[in-house]
Amino acid sequence: MASATKKISVRGLQKGFEGRDVLRGVDLDVDEGRSLVVIGGSGSGKSVFLKCLLGILKPDSGIVEIDGRNIARQTDSDRRYMTNQTGMLFQGAALFDSLTVWENIAFRLIYSENKSRKAARNKALECLTQVGLAPEVGNLQPSALSGGMQKRVSLARAIASEPRILFFDEPTTGLDPIMADVINNLIVDRVKAIGATAISITHDMASARKIADEIAMLYQGRIIWRGKPDEIDKSGNPMVDQFVNGRAEGPIQMTLRRR
Amino acid sequence: MNPFALTGSVAIDAVRETGRIADFGARGAFAWVTGPFYWRAFFSALGRIGFASLPVVGLTAIFTGAALALNIYDGSLRFNAETFLPQILGVSIVRELGPVLAALMVAGRCSSAMAAEIGTMRVTEQIDAMSTLAVDPFKYLIAPRVLATTVALPFLVLIADIIGVYGGYLVAVYALDFSGPIFVTNIAEFLENRDVVSGLIKAAVFGFLISVMGCYYGYNSRGGAQGVGSATRTAVVAAAVVVLASNYFMTSLLVEF
Ligand SMILES: Nc1ncnc2c1ncn2[C@@H]1O[C@H](COP(=O)(O)OP(=O)(O)O)[C@@H](O)[C@H]1O
Ligand SMILES: [Mg+2]
Repeated sequence: MASATKKISVRGLQKGFEGRDVLRGVDLDVDEGRSLVVIGGSGSGKSVFLKCLLGILKPDSGIVEIDGRNIARQTDSDRRYMTNQTGMLFQGAALFDSLTVWENIAFRLIYSENKSRKAARNKALECLTQVGLAPEVGNLQPSALSGGMQKRVSLARAIASEPRILFFDEPTTGLDPIMADVINNLIVDRVKAIGATAISITHDMASARKIADEIAMLYQGRIIWRGKPDEIDKSGNPMVDQFVNGRAEGPIQMTLRRR
Repeated sequence: MNPFALTGSVAIDAVRETGRIADFGARGAFAWVTGPFYWRAFFSALGRIGFASLPVVGLTAIFTGAALALNIYDGSLRFNAETFLPQILGVSIVRELGPVLAALMVAGRCSSAMAAEIGTMRVTEQIDAMSTLAVDPFKYLIAPRVLATTVALPFLVLIADIIGVYGGYLVAVYALDFSGPIFVTNIAEFLENRDVVSGLIKAAVFGFLISVMGCYYGYNSRGGAQGVGSATRTAVVAAAVVVLASNYFMTSLLVEF
């Protein structure tokens, strides 16, 4: 298996909480410069998966290779290797509410890359325009922004230092369809412009089709299907079919019992 | 569960928690050693913790000093020792009440604020976001607060000492007919450097403990608003208790010198 072109390679990734398995052996590869979308139901462990890659959660077992280097043990240097080339858009935007919008975007430039505040501010305002917001927005507090604007600012923050790897956790959830499409376009546009490798997570099929070079479906802690966006309608997999068409009846039973 | 097992497991939990807090405090205090020190975060914490605590610390001190003067006067009258009021007042405030009261006020004001701020950042994933931006939350959030509180508290206590003695002075001179200049001379001649310095050493330790409690419980809060609420409550109670408990142990050490 040639791992030379693989940017990210995950093998047998397992993670549980208090005896409850969430990830039960995820295997996934992403080639350099490609955009993979992981779909799956709410609570299926999509966010947990990304957090294991990022080093926010420690996997119980398994291998996470970035550029062929296993970072699953998550020593300080592993984590640094990962974070230094990664940008992440959090599900809830996770903007720093004590800082202004431009300071949020410039956070990494100022506090990690030791850029001057002036240079960082210019770069932040440039990123703000790239996500379609006026420079004046830069001086506002994040709490003054709508949900869609917060997502855009968070996107700007993730791309500000032009990372090699980008993670998006439900970038369109909670937005109206038009704003969702705007965000989708921005993601496609920015990932292409930077040439980054991207893993996005969503349960929004319109978003998945738009962003993805490839789609993988996470179900019961494993990847059960993987293919191109135009193959997903004839995947032949009943679980994928049910998800794509959004039916309550099918092999996937929503577990309403169990807390 | 039988009572012995229960006592045992409570004790073990308590020891574990103490160990975790100690580890957290050490990491918080020394995080900046290996990496960048965020001056801006430090000064902003210093302003919020030190400067903004001045009014409440001053008010506490002046009323306590005034009430203390009345009590000492009333008590010492019984054995005709009322002329020693300035000396007793000075020692009580500088060695004990200044540090402890200032620390308790700061514990109420600041450990709660720290727990709430950091706790909210935790539950809204801002702390996770910070590490993905390659900035260590210990260096950006914890270390500046711990250092700022440790530095600020001795200054606050020094001011509380002065204002507290002044409160006693006002009562002594205007209500109890003491002579102002004699009151001042008595205190100045009686107090030794070590009285003041021991209070300031205590203050620095209190500042450290208060901020570690606030940061620790905030950093480890779980869940949503409720988790932050209980982290805040625990932080204030823990901060107040460690101030009072450590005060006793430090005092018993410091009186030896
Ligand atoms: N820190 C945590 N502690 C305990 N359980 C967690 C934690 N994070 C996530 N979980 C659980 O893991 C499961 C998957 O969560 P998540 O990955 O957030 O789902 P989603 O696919 O909707 O993003 C959920 O059942 C959630 O309760
Ligand atoms: Mg999620």
